[in-house]
Amino acid sequence: MSALTFTLKFKPTQRVDLSPLVSQNLSGLSLDEISALTLQSGKLKLRVDDLFTIVGSDAQDIVINNSVDNLDFIGKDLEGGSITINGNAGAYLAFGLKSGEIKVSGNVGLYAACEMKKGYLEISGNAGDFLGAALPGNKMGMKGGTILVKGNVGERAGDHMRRGNILIEGNAGDYCGSRMTAGTIAVMGQTGRYLGYAMRRGTLLLWNQPKLSASFNDCGAHTLAFLPILFASFKTLNSRFADASIAFNRVQRYAGDMSEMGRGEVLVKL
Amino acid sequence: MIINGVSIDATFAEAFPMKATRAIITAQNEKWAMISAQAMTGFATSVIACGCEGAIERVLDPSETPDGRPGVAIMIFAMGGKGLAKQLETRAGQCVLTSPTSALFSGIDGGIRIPLGKNLRYFGDGFQVSKQISGKRYWRIPVMDGEFLTEATTGQIDAIGGGNFLVLAESQPQALAACEAAIEEMRKIPNVIMPFPGGVVRSGSKVGSKYKSLGASTNDAFCPTLKGMTKTDLSPEIESVMEIVIDGLTKEDIDKAMRVGIQAVCDLGAANGIKRISAGNYGGKLGPFHFHLQEIMA
Repeated sequence: MSALTFTLKFKPTQRVDLSPLVSQNLSGLSLDEISALTLQSGKLKLRVDDLFTIVGSDAQDIVINNSVDNLDFIGKDLEGGSITINGNAGAYLAFGLKSGEIKVSGNVGLYAACEMKKGYLEISGNAGDFLGAALPGNKMGMKGGTILVKGNVGERAGDHMRRGNILIEGNAGDYCGSRMTAGTIAVMGQTGRYLGYAMRRGTLLLWNQPKLSASFNDCGAHTLAFLPILFASFKTLNSRFADASIAFNRVQRYAGDMSEMGRGEVLVKL
Repeated sequence: MIINGVSIDATFAEAFPMKATRAIITAQNEKWAMISAQAMTGFATSVIACGCEGAIERVLDPSETPDGRPGVAIMIFAMGGKGLAKQLETRAGQCVLTSPTSALFSGIDGGIRIPLGKNLRYFGDGFQVSKQISGKRYWRIPVMDGEFLTEATTGQIDAIGGGNFLVLAESQPQALAACEAAIEEMRKIPNVIMPFPGGVVRSGSKVGSKYKSLGASTNDAFCPTLKGMTKTDLSPEIESVMEIVIDGLTKEDIDKAMRVGIQAVCDLGAANGIKRISAGNYGGKLGPFHFHLQEIMA
């Protein structure tokens, strides 16, 4: 079976909700049935074949070609299989992802992997604000799985994050790891202001010294036994994180945010 | 059956179903991993009074351990899952958590999950940190030398305890030398432990006693000093008997360990004072696993 491939015919003027195009919805449907599914775009309902040329049959292997930044909710609540996005993706990519993997060759918008539960998201470009975060008003962001970003991420990455890994090869914006409850965010590049703002627990693993708020306390230099195990778990990734030479276990440990519970930690490579 | 002048009795070892687990202890170097492992498996020779049977299975190369440090694999066997879990947790808390530079990991991926460091985390008094990596939960417990890293659970699986054979020799030094040779070979076999001191037991027991409070007592039929005063199982030239007890994960593992052990004893042969190999059983009525010596050595 060949991949079920959606090739965008033109860039829509309005944003489009692509949430119906996930494996659990498309399995067992013929191309005609898939073509007749409707997608919300502003006030309009568009047929899938109004926007896309569709070929292939394997709903467990979905490909979206010529993707652009106003295609939202790609891979929403995906349960198994894979989605490969050639191009950019809009907001709410991998929203509530349950299992399976999503790969994007370009950049993605706001709230990627928002409230993601499990699975794997790989973004080759940059990600917008609120990566792996919770919806406004909700208390639990990402609950599991792994996000890999090869570029930079915006502000509030991992806001209210509960579990899982966010791996960022580039830089992170302000408020990275804000209000984290647990989980791990690793940033190879630079981090912005208010790192770990109001974080309760969780780990921010950094390659470069951040500018820390006064509510983070220095716990000294340490060799931590869990770091080699954490780095070993990245071995299979298509990433610089998989390179054994970048691994380290010697860190400066800062505890915070002391204005909150204060059980979180910022670990900076020594 | 006679091998190199050593007579192999037409008898069998009788063994019992047990529950087993394995844990991996790592440390800054092999010396400290071994110290911790020895502490954890100390006073674990027999379920009769120790609550479990445990021993070091083997030394692990750093490439075989989860954190890439030198390590030691230990196995613990008990009659039931509840008892096993209690022994494991108590020993981990008192012997590994306390041991400098140590870390503790699961040695069995499958099976029923039982707590390894899951409850030890409370020693961290709220400063403990959980990390879930590749589907496994770890606890980082702050301690005075840094952090104690432990996996939350390990696997409990069905196993077999009580495989054994007896070495009957013309003298005590000859019996011990033969047992040492056997243990050296048996320790190369995976999935088995020999839980007694140095792998050898000199006080084999029988079921029951003349004293009501005791469930087991000395195996007088194999005590050489009693040859003239009890229904002995020893011929006049036998002056010393020693036993090797084997616990293993499967019948095949114990078969293999018994075979290499008995072979090592027989290689010394009659020329070195080894006269007979026998085994301990209870008439075949108590334990469902029977290890027939002649079948194993055939």
